[in-house]
Amino acid sequence: MADTTDTNRNASVPAASNGGTFREGLKDGLAIGLGYLSVSFSFGILAVASGLSWWQAVLVSAANITSAGQVAGVGIMVSAGGLIEMMVSQIVINLRYSLMAIALSQRTDKSMTTLKRILLAYGLTDEIFGVAVSKKHEVGSRYFFGLTVLPVIGWVSGTLLGAVLGGIFPDFLTNALAVGIYGMFISIVIPKAKRSRMIAVCALLACGISSLFFYVPWLKEHVSSGFAVIIAAVVAALAGVFCFPHEEDTGKEAV
Amino acid sequence: MDLSVFLPLLIVMALTTYLVRALPFTLFRRRITNARVKAFFELIPYTVLSAMTFPAILYATGSFPSACAGFVVALILSFLDKSLLTVAIGTCLATLAATGVLMYIGK
Repeated sequence: MADTTDTNRNASVPAASNGGTFREGLKDGLAIGLGYLSVSFSFGILAVASGLSWWQAVLVSAANITSAGQVAGVGIMVSAGGLIEMMVSQIVINLRYSLMAIALSQRTDKSMTTLKRILLAYGLTDEIFGVAVSKKHEVGSRYFFGLTVLPVIGWVSGTLLGAVLGGIFPDFLTNALAVGIYGMFISIVIPKAKRSRMIAVCALLACGISSLFFYVPWLKEHVSSGFAVIIAAVVAALAGVFCFPHEEDTGKEAV
Repeated sequence: MDLSVFLPLLIVMALTTYLVRALPFTLFRRRITNARVKAFFELIPYTVLSAMTFPAILYATGSFPSACAGFVVALILSFLDKSLLTVAIGTCLATLAATGVLMYIGK
């Protein structure tokens, strides 16, 4: 067992404390892939409506695998913005991936070698991260690879479908599909929040702070949505760290 | 879109997004032992997802009531520990149903 910290919970954990199999990853990735299919469908519509051709929209999705960053990126492309502007916007909006990469690194097993990290980093998204860290076992490279396959396929093919068929679908249908991705976010947070008061309080706090950035006109005008997410998330997590100093010592729940 | 505009921006965009993921994932591997730093990285995923979801979900459909329906159903299904896919589909169906009702009563 590579798990060195929680020796007291090995009684409840089955012997399969490996990094998980490729098959298991594929299975866990199915829901994400289907969710992405619908969300990237909306992206495909948006990109073509903004002036990209269908294959350019597909290329953007295949090269980035990220929602908010792509929407902002297409905006910059359409306005023929500068390379620096593109770089800074992507760093700010996607900085959460850096935090997630470090958090995920805390849970990877020995099979995650440098070469595999270089290859697998491509598929690190919010949902893939959320599912990977919610596993009871450590995250192995085979499991993680399996987890990324269907979401990447879903993301790229959804973009293609949206870019080509988008005009045919009625608005109410694409709108309803677009909300599914948030449902998925909620289904990752709530079960954890139910079992940890610290996570519940911090999640609510993050919602409150991001609402401030949304509803206070001055903040909405001056802070981009990518930055708002980072500030809300970091402030809420810091508040949790300093207000709940002992919770994680109990080790009662593998959060 | 003109290729001479599209290509350089695409390359910069993709490279930046990739490095933001790959650099910390490749270079930062040590296990964090400091309890507070550890707690921070345990909380970050959930605060990020929360901040991205709320209040954005309320405006994701272009119709506040239908988005609220999706939001409420997502909360209920998640509280019942339903799977990711169930919650995602339930959210979409609730939004669709609410949209249908709104259309029917002519709003």
